[in-house]
Amino acid sequence: MTYITKPQLHHPKLAENALGYTRRDYEGSVSTLCAGCGHDSISAAIIQACYELDLPPHRIAKLSGIGCSSKTPDYFLGNSHGFNTVHGRMPSVLTGANLANRDLIYLGVSGDGDSASIGLGQFAHSIRRGVNMLYIVENNGVYGLTKGQFSATSDKGSKSKKGVINHDAGIDLVSLALQMGATFVARSFSGDKAQLVPLIKAALSHRGAAFIDCVSPCVQFNNHAGSTKSYDYVREHNEAVNRMDLIPHRDAITVDYAPGETVPVTQHDGSVLQLHKLAAHYDPSDRIGALAYLQSRQALGEIVTGLLFLDPEARDLHENLGTVSAPLNTLTERELTPGAAALAKLNASLR
Amino acid sequence: MPLEALNDFVVKFANVNGSGSASTNGMFAKAILRMGVPVAARNIFPSNIQGLPTWFEVRITEAGHLGRRGGVDLMVAMNPQTWDRDVAEIEAGGYLFYDSTKPLPPSKFREDITVLGVPLTAMCNAAYQLPRERQLFKNIIYVGALAALLDIEIGVIETLLSEQFAGKERLIKANVAALHMGRDYVAEHLSPLRLRVRRADKVGDRIYVEGNAAAALGAVYGGATVCAWYPITPSTSLAEAFTGYCEDLRIEPRTDKARYAIVQAEDEIASIGIVIGAGWNGARAFTATSGPGISLMTEFIGLSYFAEIPAVIFDVQRGGPSTGMPTRTQQADLLAAAYSGHGDSKHPLLLPADPGECFEMGSLAFDLADRLQTTIFVMLDLDIGMNEWLTKPFEWDDSRKLDRGKVMTYDDLEAGRDFGRYLEVDGDGIPYRTYPGTHPTKGGYFTRGTSRNPYARYSEEGSVYVGNMERLLRKFDTARGLVPAPIRRDAKRATRDGVIFFGSSTPAVHEALDALEHRGLHLDALRVRAYPFPDEVFAFVAAHDRIFVIEQNRDGQLRTLLINEGDIDPSRLTAVLHYDGTPITARFISSAVEALMTDRRQVPEAAE
Repeated sequence: MTYITKPQLHHPKLAENALGYTRRDYEGSVSTLCAGCGHDSISAAIIQACYELDLPPHRIAKLSGIGCSSKTPDYFLGNSHGFNTVHGRMPSVLTGANLANRDLIYLGVSGDGDSASIGLGQFAHSIRRGVNMLYIVENNGVYGLTKGQFSATSDKGSKSKKGVINHDAGIDLVSLALQMGATFVARSFSGDKAQLVPLIKAALSHRGAAFIDCVSPCVQFNNHAGSTKSYDYVREHNEAVNRMDLIPHRDAITVDYAPGETVPVTQHDGSVLQLHKLAAHYDPSDRIGALAYLQSRQALGEIVTGLLFLDPEARDLHENLGTVSAPLNTLTERELTPGAAALAKLNASLR
Repeated sequence: MPLEALNDFVVKFANVNGSGSASTNGMFAKAILRMGVPVAARNIFPSNIQGLPTWFEVRITEAGHLGRRGGVDLMVAMNPQTWDRDVAEIEAGGYLFYDSTKPLPPSKFREDITVLGVPLTAMCNAAYQLPRERQLFKNIIYVGALAALLDIEIGVIETLLSEQFAGKERLIKANVAALHMGRDYVAEHLSPLRLRVRRADKVGDRIYVEGNAAAALGAVYGGATVCAWYPITPSTSLAEAFTGYCEDLRIEPRTDKARYAIVQAEDEIASIGIVIGAGWNGARAFTATSGPGISLMTEFIGLSYFAEIPAVIFDVQRGGPSTGMPTRTQQADLLAAAYSGHGDSKHPLLLPADPGECFEMGSLAFDLADRLQTTIFVMLDLDIGMNEWLTKPFEWDDSRKLDRGKVMTYDDLEAGRDFGRYLEVDGDGIPYRTYPGTHPTKGGYFTRGTSRNPYARYSEEGSVYVGNMERLLRKFDTARGLVPAPIRRDAKRATRDGVIFFGSSTPAVHEALDALEHRGLHLDALRVRAYPFPDEVFAFVAAHDRIFVIEQNRDGQLRTLLINEGDIDPSRLTAVLHYDGTPITARFISSAVEALMTDRRQVPEAAE
């Protein structure tokens, strides 16, 4: 939420993508978050993912709620329309925006306070409706802007900076997203760009409700010993079940991994996910298995990351509603207003 | 003396909810309408699916008084739970129709009314075996009996039955038989009443429709493509009607795809959130709700005001506060809607008086929302919304274009036009907007509910904030000239007395004004049709010494709004309030106004 614009000077030889844009064309204003904030790494990953996917920046709509994480859409994709809505209600606004124009790409950015507390209901309902979007929660387990209160994703028994022990059960948004029918579910870590960027790319290419829970340490209020969302804790307890590359449909598929370890998955748009297994028996096409695995690992204090579930045949809300292919916001009186003759018939039926 | 009347009396049905009475009673009303005699029918129902008392009042009125009159001439008492109060409500000289299967002691009746017993239960038990049949046909039997008593043409009811059960010959035959059973019983045992219906030609080309359906059709014609809603009485049927009309009128030929999107949301907060998201992205969107929903939507409504996003809310008002009287009518959300939101905010309200205006204002609201880039409320109430009213036919001018307001296009941006999302350009307080995705490098902006400068950049600068808030006031002033003007009706004689009213009170007020004129009391009248109030409203106030503000709430909310917005001396506006949950009556208004006008103590010195 800065008033500082970034200087537009850049190296003359910055690489351009297929659309002729450099990485700088996907940047936004200067971040006003604390130095070292995990959220800034996520913004950088979003920029990288959009650049690599050759997305026209203005065809992305970025929406957020209220909180530190919700400020970040100002810090990337400066030529896109953004909407910083009200606390916990980004999902409904995004749903409405998506209904109005199905041709844009929708990126919802939220935090753990925004999505797991005040907005838990809207989070759940937007996912169960299958809104075509990428919904990222930048999850630091703490209220940053109001200075250090526990959020609902804080693990039971974790310690606040002031030394208070959290006695409430933590909400696991990944499990909830799986239960609500999300068709793309992943967890990552802001400090692991190599894992995060391909996940964002794959999620942006997914048609349906894609959810990424991104653990993102709060350097100011939740990066101490006793926290389960600190850089140190997450690095020590991160268990990645797979690694992934996204190959756009126009590129030739090359397999880097040994046969048997890599599963290719084709999405709606023809892009192929090359999924390299790290956990031997983990199957990301099995929703129930994913839930069980997450629960068992969580009980051991581990943070499971990677692509956790994917349904490549997903349907989205527009498909369920049977809406026309043209964006609703482009329809004119010709398509929308039935006219005087139809009204005369209606009048006759009301006598 | 038994009452005598031709095409001018009130019949009230007292039933048990869930007995199928509402549709049968509705058919009774429609039969009279088909005979060319205007009717005004009102369903007074409980918050319940089965078992609680419900009433259906049919006013037969050749003179065309479509408001409630007050009083009952013929009571059709079918509910033992409410017998005593129903019998007590009958006018002296009136009539009581009841099921005489079980004998009742004389103390249950009145000396000054005519009692008409028909053994409905006994007749049904003899003719039908299934309990549900006994119940449903009982309703048709009493309609047949009433037709004979009141001279309603039986053939008209037979036609209605064949329309209702079109294609189901067996059902038509069975219903017609039940109808005749009632008619024949009366012919054999009773004689026609001195209340009579006679064919006339007073309905003309008017249509008979609920306000909720009319408003929904207005939304279709107004180009609404996104509807998000949460079920709440009395607004539910508006969203359901929109769904039905869209399925008929908004399907793309060849593909059979929908040119609309309707979401039943998880609550009212999500409903308005979806509407605002769609409005931000350039689609016309609305929600339908009632008072409790407005309370929940308040934060978003404030966002729509400050971030300047078009939205339309149909508020079908019911009795408040809190859950209040969910199935009873009031006009009690005026202040909550007009000033919804924290901080300084205000929103235009449209105030339809009948289903015809629900249609007109229902479509106009979308033009206004786009033009003014803000939330527009259409304030119905349960009386207009859920009752069928006789109203002028819907009209549409095929040359009419949707007014999408000030939107900068790709070509505008490409041509180098200066774009500032919150920049005053034309002196009317309305800035330009762009739809997301318009141009690769120009016209993008970040929408927020926090303060920002005319170019949409975050700012906490005091002067920047104040400048923006002042512009929003100018925009509201622009709205004053765009909303429907009030309608004035002058008394036959020059007078310094006046009445101001709005919405569903309208027909009862007109009838009351006629009655008052008969008693030598002359009042000019002004029907307010929108907020912000156009200048004519304050000119009317200035031109009268004593003004009665008639409305259906406890606190005189229109009066408060007038005083506040026009800086009017409160002593000049006298409240006339009816808020027991039933629709206001002409008798109430004329007697209240007469009492206030003739009570010297309450009359301020008239300044000549």
